[in-house]
Amino acid sequence: MTESTPVIEMRHIVKKFGDFAANDDINLQVQQGEIHALLGENGAGKSTLMNILTGLLQPTSGEILINGKTVTVDSPSKSDALGIGMVHQHFMLIDAFTVTENIMLGSEITKGLSLDTKTAAKKIQELSEKYGLQVDPYAKISDISVGQQQRVEILKTLYRGADILIFDEPTAVLTPQEIGELITILHNLAKEGKSIVLITHKLDEIRAAADTVTVIRAGKSIETFPVAGVSSQELADMMVGREVSFKTVKSDVKTGETVLNLNNIEVHDARGVAAVKDFSLDVKSGEIVGIAGIDGNGQTELIQGITGLTKVQAGSIVLQGKDITNKKPRQITESGVGHIPEDRLRFGMEVDMTLSENLSLQTYYKAPLSKNGILKKDEMDNLAQKLVTEFDVRAAGIQVTAGSMSGGNQQKAVIARELNRENELIIASQPTRGLDVGAIEYIHQRLIDQRDAGKAVLVVSFELDEILNLSDRIAVINAGKIVGIVDAKDTNKQELGLLMTGMSLSDAKSALKQEVDA
Amino acid sequence: MTTQKNSFSVALFSVIFGLIIGAVIMLVFGYNPILGYVALLGSAFGSMQDIGSVLTQMTPLILTALGFTVAQTAGFFNIGLSGQALAGWVGSIWYALTFPSMPVYFMIPSAIILGTGLGALAGAIPGWLRAQFGASEVIVTIMMNYILLFLGNNILQNTMSKGIKVSAETTKQVGANASLQMKWLTELTQGSSISSGIFISLIMIVVVWFVMTRTTLGFEIRAVGLNSDAAKYAGMSAKRNAVIAMAISGGLAGLAGTIEGLGNYLNFFTQNGSPSIGFDGMAVALLGSSSYLGILAAAAIFSVLKIGGLGMPMSSGVPFELVDIVTASIIFFVGASYLIKLIQVRIKAMDDKAATNAAAKKELKASQLEDKNQKGGE
Repeated sequence: MTESTPVIEMRHIVKKFGDFAANDDINLQVQQGEIHALLGENGAGKSTLMNILTGLLQPTSGEILINGKTVTVDSPSKSDALGIGMVHQHFMLIDAFTVTENIMLGSEITKGLSLDTKTAAKKIQELSEKYGLQVDPYAKISDISVGQQQRVEILKTLYRGADILIFDEPTAVLTPQEIGELITILHNLAKEGKSIVLITHKLDEIRAAADTVTVIRAGKSIETFPVAGVSSQELADMMVGREVSFKTVKSDVKTGETVLNLNNIEVHDARGVAAVKDFSLDVKSGEIVGIAGIDGNGQTELIQGITGLTKVQAGSIVLQGKDITNKKPRQITESGVGHIPEDRLRFGMEVDMTLSENLSLQTYYKAPLSKNGILKKDEMDNLAQKLVTEFDVRAAGIQVTAGSMSGGNQQKAVIARELNRENELIIASQPTRGLDVGAIEYIHQRLIDQRDAGKAVLVVSFELDEILNLSDRIAVINAGKIVGIVDAKDTNKQELGLLMTGMSLSDAKSALKQEVDA
Repeated sequence: MTTQKNSFSVALFSVIFGLIIGAVIMLVFGYNPILGYVALLGSAFGSMQDIGSVLTQMTPLILTALGFTVAQTAGFFNIGLSGQALAGWVGSIWYALTFPSMPVYFMIPSAIILGTGLGALAGAIPGWLRAQFGASEVIVTIMMNYILLFLGNNILQNTMSKGIKVSAETTKQVGANASLQMKWLTELTQGSSISSGIFISLIMIVVVWFVMTRTTLGFEIRAVGLNSDAAKYAGMSAKRNAVIAMAISGGLAGLAGTIEGLGNYLNFFTQNGSPSIGFDGMAVALLGSSSYLGILAAAAIFSVLKIGGLGMPMSSGVPFELVDIVTASIIFFVGASYLIKLIQVRIKAMDDKAATNAAAKKELKASQLEDKNQKGGE
């Protein structure tokens, strides 16, 4: 077979930040019409490499060839012109703008002096129907869910007619059904001759979607090979560089007293619509209760209501016999709640403050971190140093800004801070979103340790694997209500998937039974 | 750390470009820029009195710049520094003149507390309005500048008793019991209006730095200003911190006004517009890129330009307005820091290119030399 000219060829790419080489001699070749997965742990250098390809960063050395021609991609507009589009992991959207306005941004259609939003909206509508990316073109970004925001990001590149599409962890926020749809979209795009780079550390997706995979470890490209016939275990081991275990080992559940007691609570969303209705749930000490559901079914509001960030309109929340309904966030944290928030960049950390300051964010006002209102920087740094070591947070020191760290390490920092306090209840919302298997394994083990230590753990996740892997009991939420509560041992993905769409437990059971019978 | 280095070089570039633009304009209008700038420096540093004037000028600018920075840290754009300063000025003068026989050790602290408190109140109002109702602090503070300006003039003209005024438009001077001027300083600076206010300003740099970086209050103000969602998540009250930050900001401006009153002018007189120390303080904070030492340096530069500029027409014939152009250009370049950063990037790129070119040439020469040698060998 004659090798055709690769669409993208990156040769010996080196990118140094100070002494640290994020990319250290990486080679990558992507053929036309191919779905090429870039597999690597957090901080392995995948995002850096793609930021170089999209002109956000300049390589220290190395060459980029597009369709066989050497190019310099020194700005994002240059990469746009070369037909490269990127769907970022952290969305690059303007909250106050509508979907259409965001997509038009930078390539506005004008009618005289005014923007022609109608034509653009129509084009967006067509694209979203064609690829099954449902989103209201006139909705404001601040009003739509994280999942929908990602669809906007995907539409943005499609709208600009990019030939090379880079997806940075595109499925991190999608439901299993949506992931299936996205994979279909990816295949369609590839069939039409578009070339796709898929950055991910989800091994099942690589096997389902990609044709070829390049493994990157510690800034170096390790190997490139076709995906067909490779097992997830082999991929994982190659990515991490050691043997990885998938299934977290859990001892049998030993539940104790009820720690959290939700009684018919109702919480409204930003628009004043009831997002959580008549919601009742108990979490006992020594158990992990998982909340499964499709993004945007009230999970965010539920957690914000429990933690005091949003007002609870009706019902009561009782923590160890104490009513904490509508108490201030600090009173709730002080009464023994650790909260790993869904959006770590918005709620979990102060990205412009240092790692050390972020690790003190919940306890800075107490001894030993401060006395009489005066901060003790030494104590803060000691705490940070201790947590960084204990929770294996990798950063170039504790005085770097949190925003400069990789997503996995940011999340580890948040978890370190929340688990380090004396808590009775741990609430973890999307605890492993955007993280690699190594980090997921670690975080899951930490949460299970908490459970084994007799803490009550409430986990919200859109990922069924995570829910099934962690939970002792699973509550399925749909349109703000509990559809059913099932024992993790007695259920499976199919049943949960049906419940998530709003089907009742008995209907789901009979539907599955019919399937088996048929 | 690198960002600080960057903002320092932006400030430096801005000052240099500002001076160059001033020089070009002087040339265009037929003045000799070298003579002009020599005259400027001569008028700013020519005598102890000039130095005293520069320090007097610096005193309130440091405080208003600190005030601006505190508000900015909490995410507020405090344009009301002028009005807040005026509140402190009018209040402290009125108070000092009303109690002419109060002993000095009681009068000065209480007058300073009163003036600072009035400024803090004037700052807290827009802070509270935004925290509670989401009212834009920019608009509220601009409007409050007018309210406080005319309120001050009205108090002077219609409320103050005749006994403490020399005319309808001017109050008497405060007595020795309330004056911040110090004999040894006045004598040292040959009669300039310098006062102990300069020491208060310098101390406040340290105090504000300490509060903002070393206390839980400063930690909260920074956290709320940077990301109020995360601050709320961590149990901080965004509203409370907003009001406190604006009160501190206004308080510093009020202190600046108090020192202008009790240290510099010693009286109050009808104001035609909001005092310029508020707006100049914003410019100083921007030039100092909101770092505490930067503010000190920027206040010094502004004061040297202002005092030096006053002497320029006399000794070199260059009109005073040109100094305003230099000052304005400096602020312009700070604002256009993007442009300066771009220029820096280009210069660096050119250097890099030159370096690679040089290296390539060297390599080429070496290979040519080798070729020659080989040919020679044949």
